[in-house]
Amino acid sequence: MIINLFKLTGDFAENKDTAQSIRLEHILPGLTQGKTITIDFDGVTGTTQSFVHALISDPIRQFGGGVLDRLKFKNCSPVVQKIIVIVTEYMQASDL
Amino acid sequence: MRMKLHLPNSAFIGNIDSFLRGFVPSDPGSLTITSNPNWVSVHPLVLVMLASLSADLKPGSITIDNFEAKSKNYFERMGLFKFLGIQSGISIVKHESAGRFVPITQIKDSITLSQFVTDIIPLLHLDPLQTESIRYIVSELVRNVLEHSRSPHGAFVAAQYYPKSNSIKIGVADTGVGIKESISHSHLVKTNLEAIRLALMPGITGTTKQEGGTSQNAGAGLFFIKSIAHVNHSLFAVYSGSGFYKLLKNTKKSLPFDPFVDNHSKHNDFPKWQGTIVGVDISLDNTPEFTSLLDLIRQSYRDAIKSRRPKRYNKPQFI
Repeated sequence: MIINLFKLTGDFAENKDTAQSIRLEHILPGLTQGKTITIDFDGVTGTTQSFVHALISDPIRQFGGGVLDRLKFKNCSPVVQKIIVIVTEYMQASDL
Repeated sequence: MRMKLHLPNSAFIGNIDSFLRGFVPSDPGSLTITSNPNWVSVHPLVLVMLASLSADLKPGSITIDNFEAKSKNYFERMGLFKFLGIQSGISIVKHESAGRFVPITQIKDSITLSQFVTDIIPLLHLDPLQTESIRYIVSELVRNVLEHSRSPHGAFVAAQYYPKSNSIKIGVADTGVGIKESISHSHLVKTNLEAIRLALMPGITGTTKQEGGTSQNAGAGLFFIKSIAHVNHSLFAVYSGSGFYKLLKNTKKSLPFDPFVDNHSKHNDFPKWQGTIVGVDISLDNTPEFTSLLDLIRQSYRDAIKSRRPKRYNKPQFI
């Protein structure tokens, strides 16, 4: 399953309500069904830690860090990549 | 006794303390504003403070005594008189070259915020490198208000470019429950200043005690913004209740996760502000690559979690 973020967020992904909808309607159901989810950031030039947290923290908490084998991130700018890394790190560190 | 606020000749984050100490909160039903008679030059946080105060007041309950300052045009252009419900008697001809500023804007919902963040970039004439920090700060600060303040009036935000210092100054204010009330839901805090300290630490939120936060909140928003100011060698201030914290200009390369370890000043005896006000200055001369900043934040966040980890183990009881 591929989620094209730009259509939902525009070039700056910061609306946490949108992140919540994506998480609840697509990411969590897809992961529960055993699917691999690809979040495509093509066209998204920036994001916030709050947005990324609202998007992926719950899947990491529910499924563990191993979920990152099935939750993939495509076409991320360097800034977006770093924010995703920060969120994935603190979520996994929180479970230790 | 009416609430009183005096607009001095100058009130920016560096010298804001005396202005805030002069605020008389007393009767929240009426407000008297006085000003320096010659020239008033203030940080946008002062404007949003006034606008947010006015939202709680009935029409006609605000008076401005002898406001003859030549800078009246500036306040008109920033939209202050409109929020105060007072006719300034000034008509402003708007033109593009008037300056790089974002007039006082009230934001009450998430969709308006998203549109606002998009709209401010052309208003401030920012290049792409500078855009990252500014839109990040505005989005996170206003979203904090919408999620935690419980104010029916939402957030008031304004920004201004200052050519002399080549910097953007941003102010966000609300008249909600304040940081102490918000963070007390999950953490025991005795003072407003202690609450501000916790709110500025990564991974601490009023929504849960759980490390990593909830599905919607990590408790890192203010930490990121303070970090942006730190790396930018800029000023940052938070005022809530009687607590006030100011990040002073930093030369250190490391980024402490504890705001009290940073170069700062703090007070817990300011006149009570019912709600929260945040001011940030971002020097455009020092704007680092946003990715470099995120590397520092990542390390600081790791340190914060590591520092808390031992406390999460139960200790053996030796009897």
